Amino acid sequence: MLIAVLWTVMGRSLLKATIGLALTSAVVTILMFRLNSPLAAVFELSVCTGLITVVFVSTISLTKPLTNKEIVELSKERNKRFGYLPILLIVISIALTFIRIRNNIIIPPVTTPELDVRRVMWDMRQLDMLGQIIVVIIGALGVVILFEERRRDEW
Amino acid sequence: MSGDYWQIFLTFGFFIILTFVCGLYCMLVSRNIIRAIIGLELLIKAVTLLMILVGYVSGRTSVTQAMVITIIVIEVVVAVVAGGIALRSFRYNDNLDIRGLKRLKG
Amino acid sequence: MLSLLILVPLIGIVILNLSARAPARRLAFWFALLIFISQILLAACRHPVLWNVEMKQIDTFFKVSLSMDQISFIMLLCIGIVSIASLLVARHTIYDEKELFKFVNLLIITSIGMNGIVLVKDIFTLYIFLEITALASFVLIALEKDRNAIEGSFKYLILSAIATIMLLTSIALLFMVSGSTSFEAIRQALNLANNNIILFAIGLFVCGLAIKGGLVPFHAWVPDAYSSAPAAVSVLLGGIVTKTVGIYTLIRLLIAVFGFDPSLKTILLALGALSIVFGALAAIGQNDMKRMLAYSSISQVGYIILGFGCGTFLGIAGAIFHIFNHSIFKSLLFVNSAAVETRLGTTDMNKMGGLSSKMPITGTTSVIGMLSAAGVPPLAGFWSKLMIIVALWQSGSKTYSFIAIMASVITLAYLLIMQRKVFFGKLSIENENIDEARIGISTASIMLAVIIIGSGVFFPLVFNKFIAPIQELIIR
Repeated sequence: MLIAVLWTVMGRSLLKATIGLALTSAVVTILMFRLNSPLAAVFELSVCTGLITVVFVSTISLTKPLTNKEIVELSKERNKRFGYLPILLIVISIALTFIRIRNNIIIPPVTTPELDVRRVMWDMRQLDMLGQIIVVIIGALGVVILFEERRRDEW
Repeated sequence: MSGDYWQIFLTFGFFIILTFVCGLYCMLVSRNIIRAIIGLELLIKAVTLLMILVGYVSGRTSVTQAMVITIIVIEVVVAVVAGGIALRSFRYNDNLDIRGLKRLKG
Repeated sequence: MLSLLILVPLIGIVILNLSARAPARRLAFWFALLIFISQILLAACRHPVLWNVEMKQIDTFFKVSLSMDQISFIMLLCIGIVSIASLLVARHTIYDEKELFKFVNLLIITSIGMNGIVLVKDIFTLYIFLEITALASFVLIALEKDRNAIEGSFKYLILSAIATIMLLTSIALLFMVSGSTSFEAIRQALNLANNNIILFAIGLFVCGLAIKGGLVPFHAWVPDAYSSAPAAVSVLLGGIVTKTVGIYTLIRLLIAVFGFDPSLKTILLALGALSIVFGALAAIGQNDMKRMLAYSSISQVGYIILGFGCGTFLGIAGAIFHIFNHSIFKSLLFVNSAAVETRLGTTDMNKMGGLSSKMPITGTTSVIGMLSAAGVPPLAGFWSKLMIIVALWQSGSKTYSFIAIMASVITLAYLLIMQRKVFFGKLSIENENIDEARIGISTASIMLAVIIIGSGVFFPLVFNKFIAPIQELIIR
């Protein structure tokens, strides 16, 4: 999974970074399947790997690419900046192995029987559902406001 | 918490922390606005993985799945709004440089 | 009954958006006005019959679990008042009718989000409503697609997203320990457990909320966002959004869930003192009116946190009353800056001067707002600052109370500078022909000024009715 993440961060062009993000989503989905959460995994796969990639690619394609000169000087600087990342990761990994967390976390046992996810979402957490509807409305309003093309004034 | 759950927790937690660091680094260091948003998305993925991990370890998978679905919905809307703002900024500045956003000072 | 506060505006928005014709747009404005006025009336009159109406059909269909207590009353009142002020300002500053319609929609959604924040009992639902409010604010700041506004909105977005991630991590860890996300369950679990991970989770949570609330050293987005937003949005942001989202949530969680550690108290006191001093000092050298008001907001938030960090009843009551006062007087000052901006076209204070002869209502209300902000008796700001300073003195941190008094003097200084530059002094030649501000904006400023004078003069009444009941919540 780390390979996917590193690809995302250090990808040369924006498109490669976006594909790296989609790859990371796919890996996260597989991990979620292993952790007994199939519904969330499917959601993550369809939404993140699909929708967000589409959003990013459309945003990137609406903006102008850099000229060649800028690309060259940008890549020299980029290697210097992003080269620190693997070193940082290795340092942090070593530091983390020294931390000892005591295993005295008491997790309350599951008393009520486990319900299916759909039942949980509809019965227990209806306020969250309402919140999601409101968030989608904000998204729609935001798209209308932000993506509006000015007709004559800007040109 | 029982032994092998703890092992799984530690292993996954290790990777989640590393993803956090990558995402934060990407967000703070990059010069391009869209790369910063990609870093943000990486961070959110790390948090969703943490949530699922907590659900597995504590045995309550359904509630955490419901929470994760909600988080994903909100994340998509945040990404769309952020992309919209980046687009507007591009229209004004003609480049996607984050260093150019220094007009407001003081 | 409580669920109606969230459901009725939502249904209203859906119905209004179904037909995007011109009559629907005009109707939207009056609908929003009606909702906010009814919210104020409901919050000010605390009749038990009204509040405990059962609403059986809606409850069985929706099963929402909202609860209300004394602090929420005050917050609902603030939200209603500031929203009305923002609406009135928007009527006269946003000229295009379609944009006004979008603004009204977003305003109603923001108020839904804030109502949700003050009414929920569950930490994950709290997160959802925090995100609703934050997302609506991003879009509101970028409403007029002005170049500065895009930059301010982007900075706010990035920092708010980092804060969100901190909050979510903390929620995940707390869920692991307690097995549920409601306030009660987390509180019980935290009483039993004692582990490093939990301390880490609480610390992350407080950091995330501090970023959202604009405390020093996490304040970097505040001046840019406040000053570059359109005028009506600045009123809303500076008056209520940051305070609800950041500070109210902090207060609610520390009282109800985390409990007061001594170490947490010292951190809060330190952050508060730092915010007061930094905000006050940075406000002195500003040339732009809105930016100065933004730094002043940072300073006042420091006062609130300082009062809250005491932990005694007087401190917490002073902090909550200061939230109320700050939302009223800061909105008043922002409304006045909006009035000046519509008539002059700029917010640069060096270009202003002598405006009080031409804009008498704006000048007078601005003086009232300024006196309340500086803490001059008998206006309301004096009482809340007095409560905070006395609470600090009583709980033994004498240096902090000294810092608070000193900063109050600096507050008076920079506000006087602002008054002198804008309203008194010589009238420059190009500003000869301006009139008083439009009637809607003047109405908003007169209304806010009346509230300040009223709550200051009738302070014992206000105290007994609104603030003393908080005591039951805190004694645990």
